[in-house]
Amino acid sequence: MRHFMGSVNVRQIVLPLGQMAIFVTGAGVLCSAIMLILAILFRGSGADQVLRATQGVGILAYTLDSLPQVLIDGVTIGFVYAAIALGYTMVYGVLQFINFAHSEIFAIGAFCGVESLIALNGLGVMAKASAMGSFLYLGLALLIGMAASGGMAVLVERVAYRPLRSSPTLIALISAIGVSFALQDIIRLVESMTSGQFYRVIPTFGNFDERINLFRIGAKVIDIQVKSVVVILAAVVMLVALNYLVGSTKVGKAIRAVAQDKNTAALMGINVNAMISLTFLVGGALGGAAGVLYALKFTRIDPFVGFMPGIKAFAAAVLGGIGNLTGALLGGMVLGMIESFAGAYLGTYTMGAFGAEYKDMVAFLILILVIVFRPNGLLGEQVSQKA
Amino acid sequence: MSLLELKDVHATYGNIHALMGVSLTVDKGEIVALIGANGAGKTTTLRSISGLLPPRQGSVLLEGRAIHHLPPHVAHKRGLGLVPEGRGIFPALTVTENLEMGAYILDDKHQIQANLENSFTLFPRLKERAQQKGGTLSGGEQQMLATARGLMSNPKILLMDEPSMGLAPVLVDQIFDIIRELNARGTTILLVEQNALMALSIAHRGYVLQNGQVVLTDTGPNLKANDMVRKAYLGA
Repeated sequence: MRHFMGSVNVRQIVLPLGQMAIFVTGAGVLCSAIMLILAILFRGSGADQVLRATQGVGILAYTLDSLPQVLIDGVTIGFVYAAIALGYTMVYGVLQFINFAHSEIFAIGAFCGVESLIALNGLGVMAKASAMGSFLYLGLALLIGMAASGGMAVLVERVAYRPLRSSPTLIALISAIGVSFALQDIIRLVESMTSGQFYRVIPTFGNFDERINLFRIGAKVIDIQVKSVVVILAAVVMLVALNYLVGSTKVGKAIRAVAQDKNTAALMGINVNAMISLTFLVGGALGGAAGVLYALKFTRIDPFVGFMPGIKAFAAAVLGGIGNLTGALLGGMVLGMIESFAGAYLGTYTMGAFGAEYKDMVAFLILILVIVFRPNGLLGEQVSQKA
Repeated sequence: MSLLELKDVHATYGNIHALMGVSLTVDKGEIVALIGANGAGKTTTLRSISGLLPPRQGSVLLEGRAIHHLPPHVAHKRGLGLVPEGRGIFPALTVTENLEMGAYILDDKHQIQANLENSFTLFPRLKERAQQKGGTLSGGEQQMLATARGLMSNPKILLMDEPSMGLAPVLVDQIFDIIRELNARGTTILLVEQNALMALSIAHRGYVLQNGQVVLTDTGPNLKANDMVRKAYLGA
């Protein structure tokens, strides 16, 4: 029996890792294939000629050359989106309601993480920190961001959603949008009172900006920033942990029971409100960690930093099939990949007519297309493992 | 002292006065049937006992202690086992997980394991389906699962809401055999049923509900022979 239990536990860790590997590879291969077909179609086009004139390479060579870097960026941002998307999808699974304030929960995590790093930096400890030490400081910032976001998510549910539980979900939705705006301005207020500015920049510390050489193609070295590795690893660890929590622990099963039938869950002795709070805590903490990782990757944050990643992660959750944890991971990965590809190639392929700033447009257009043809999302048809 | 006692319980849904002073008792070791037409207040009575619909007035006592003010998850800990209306199977949890949820309030892993094995002995069918999702079971299997799940917490009393609903006659017979068997092993049961004939055949005592009030109470066999009951509920 003990051996049997042991094998189940290992399976619960290996399975999501395998899933991630499949999603990352799948999204990467698909996007690369589409891009290379486009590159072949664009041979001899104006864009091709411009490239040959200015850089001395054809469009196919140019695309192939930059592909690995684009894929790495896509995976990195994809994992950030996935971590945020899980917060939307968990809450939806349990309450059938979109927590639009989740983007600000993310921002609070980013701010609390960055502020604690700024404070540590002010003490002068980070300048002399070893590589190991800087990872510890980042870990501390992650924990602080997670605690702040998780706590705020629980508070928001208690104050703004629970009293509306028996009202139509539209009412709670309006409440969520209200909370979202209120939190933005609260962050702004607190920041302007304490630091006198709205935006904050994560201090430079450790070796996070260094690049690790991965492999070499001819003369070209493919490398990855240390911070991208950190983002990916942290996200993978959290996603596996979440999968384990929801799939294999007693509280995880109770959360799923509450998601499926609140009355019956209560009749089995499950404290439904406690499980809903726990869902917000876990989803919020994931969002907070994603906020700190986002700040690490993009360095500068402001009170509205949550909006774009939030709306994209929501889109990712819908793309994957909302309420479905695996779907959130897949949706995040696909969206991150599309965005990375659009950002890298849109300018070149349109000869500058559409720059990288149009990447969001491409990402959302593809989202609309997918939803039109698969209204339940990519994994909507399978028996969904609700949060 | 009765195991379960309802004293003058009133319950409302908004403006609808669903229960108007229901009083009943269930003694240890009994099967008590609660029969009546659709909308008579049978399910509402169970909801009032379990805490899903706290009574407006009156009291619910389990072993003499009031439980009517408790939320359902706390009332359950006092010893209520529930087989809810429509079975309430968690469709995306496996059969085993559904059973584990029935034992949610237990901490002793060995106890849970023993109860799980007991469920599988009682319902070998569930063992075959142990890793299947609850939603993929047939109606009869779901009823077995709901019943086994209700027993997982070692309740003092099992409250069953319409166990025969939507089942083929052969399965109804099977379910009622199981109820009788559970009772023979010492489980006290409050059975809410639309199928009055079957319910009264196995019940020690019965209550007839009409418009939210108890209009008649007697032993099972007497009620089954009662003219009014025969006309109204047994189609005779």
